[in-house]
Amino acid sequence: MTQLRPITVNVDAYLGRNKYEVDEGNPHIELVDHADPETFGRLVRACPAALYKVDAEGNQVFDCAGCLECGTCRIVGSGTVVARWNYPGPTMGVEYRYG
Amino acid sequence: MADFDAIVVGSGCAGPVAAYELARAGKSVLVVERGTFAGAKNVSGGRLYTHALRAVFPDFAAEAPLERRVVRERISMLAPEANVTVDYTDDLLRTERAESYTVLRARFDPWLAGKAEEAGAEYVTGIAVESLLKDGARVTGVRAGDDEITADVVILADGVNSLLTPQAVGAARPALGQVAAGVKQVIELPERTISDRLMCADDEGAAWLFVGDATHGHVGGGFVYTNRSSLSVGVVATLSDLVTAETPIYQMLEDFKRHPAVAPLLVGGEVVEHSGHLVAEGGFDAMPPLVGDGVLLAGESAMMCINAGYTVRGMDLAIAAGQLAGQQAAAALSAGDTSAAGLAGYRTALEESFVLQDLRTLRTFPGFMEHATRLFVDYPAMARDMFRQLFAVDGTPVRPLRTTLPPLAKRVGYLNLARDVWKGAKAL
Repeated sequence: MTQLRPITVNVDAYLGRNKYEVDEGNPHIELVDHADPETFGRLVRACPAALYKVDAEGNQVFDCAGCLECGTCRIVGSGTVVARWNYPGPTMGVEYRYG
Repeated sequence: MADFDAIVVGSGCAGPVAAYELARAGKSVLVVERGTFAGAKNVSGGRLYTHALRAVFPDFAAEAPLERRVVRERISMLAPEANVTVDYTDDLLRTERAESYTVLRARFDPWLAGKAEEAGAEYVTGIAVESLLKDGARVTGVRAGDDEITADVVILADGVNSLLTPQAVGAARPALGQVAAGVKQVIELPERTISDRLMCADDEGAAWLFVGDATHGHVGGGFVYTNRSSLSVGVVATLSDLVTAETPIYQMLEDFKRHPAVAPLLVGGEVVEHSGHLVAEGGFDAMPPLVGDGVLLAGESAMMCINAGYTVRGMDLAIAAGQLAGQQAAAALSAGDTSAAGLAGYRTALEESFVLQDLRTLRTFPGFMEHATRLFVDYPAMARDMFRQLFAVDGTPVRPLRTTLPPLAKRVGYLNLARDVWKGAKAL
């Protein structure tokens, strides 16, 4: 696994422009408890919403609230990092206004 | 007796067209869409080659919410500090047979869904199909929320990230080399500013693909499409290479937007949406079975997508496949046999259409792209250095090109160059 270059972009600010209905307390993606760091790193690189992060202390951070529902982490991480992947419940999740 | 003759899962490009054909043939059809409206969950790059849409709706150009007709094609070799572009315009691109339009799916898809509804298809939105009802190997309906709804035939048009195709036809999870992640931003700018910056008339626009530094040398590319009053700017990166890259895909997009060749296009623009989507890049060899007992697959759920490097197509394949799926399902319903054998005409019809013919013709290209890393690093640098020889005048005595250009090719290796040209040409 290559070393990550410094991240200069604030993706959360971009996600703030999107329209979401967040299903509080019902995450549609659940991860395994202690993911292998290298495997987790694959999702850090591939998730277009930057939902998979490693913080300054080296902790794995994940929150599916800003999910774009693309399925990239399902393809890359099912069976390793991703324990369960489903679409958000009815009328929940991202609602594209442009697409 | 089933609740409906047919159920269509998903309202993107393939689904509504299939439903339209079924309704027109007098069949009862229900479309189930998980978004609160058709298009709410849908993303494309987006350019639609309209030949397939015209075959279903000859008057689409007057009715459909299209953005701009694409009459300028650009492809670029992007080095970190330079860019070499081929720019193509042609009156042929204004003719019906070769037309293409940029589209925004949250605007376009509701129109397409409306055509199916007008024809008599029933719609339910905001409800996801969670699983398929099955009787042995045969698909007999869908489970959505608390409801079980049955049909003689189910058409899966639920997109590239379908959770249903494994249940329906045993589709395998795609390999990382067969799919790419895409990230796109819609950036608003005044209509006239876009026309001026891309050198187009107000109703006309450009499609611009970049290879090289858009992905910092990784397998994939960048794109810019002109909408009416916004630009769609994005990066697509093949997962097998992306997952070990030194740059995450969202940072690739940010760097691409700041590249000196791209940044001037975006000055003063406002990001109004940030989207993500998987792109099926595996071509013909990544496709699951298209027909099962009581079930058909159409569009991206069947991995119907072609990336030839200079063109990327999915929506025209989906529309044509949706049309054939609807027609063949209606014929099978009329004949009273929607088993896999009864529905086999769908596969035959696809084989006879451009859909499977084009997918088959370009079947070796995905493998070529995945392994030609020289394409993403060495050739953009070579193009940069060749053009420096031509255009950078700094007062040092000029040396003849016949002595300065060959060493550039030699750096990549004549044999490698010849091999890539040959393999690329053969794959296309």
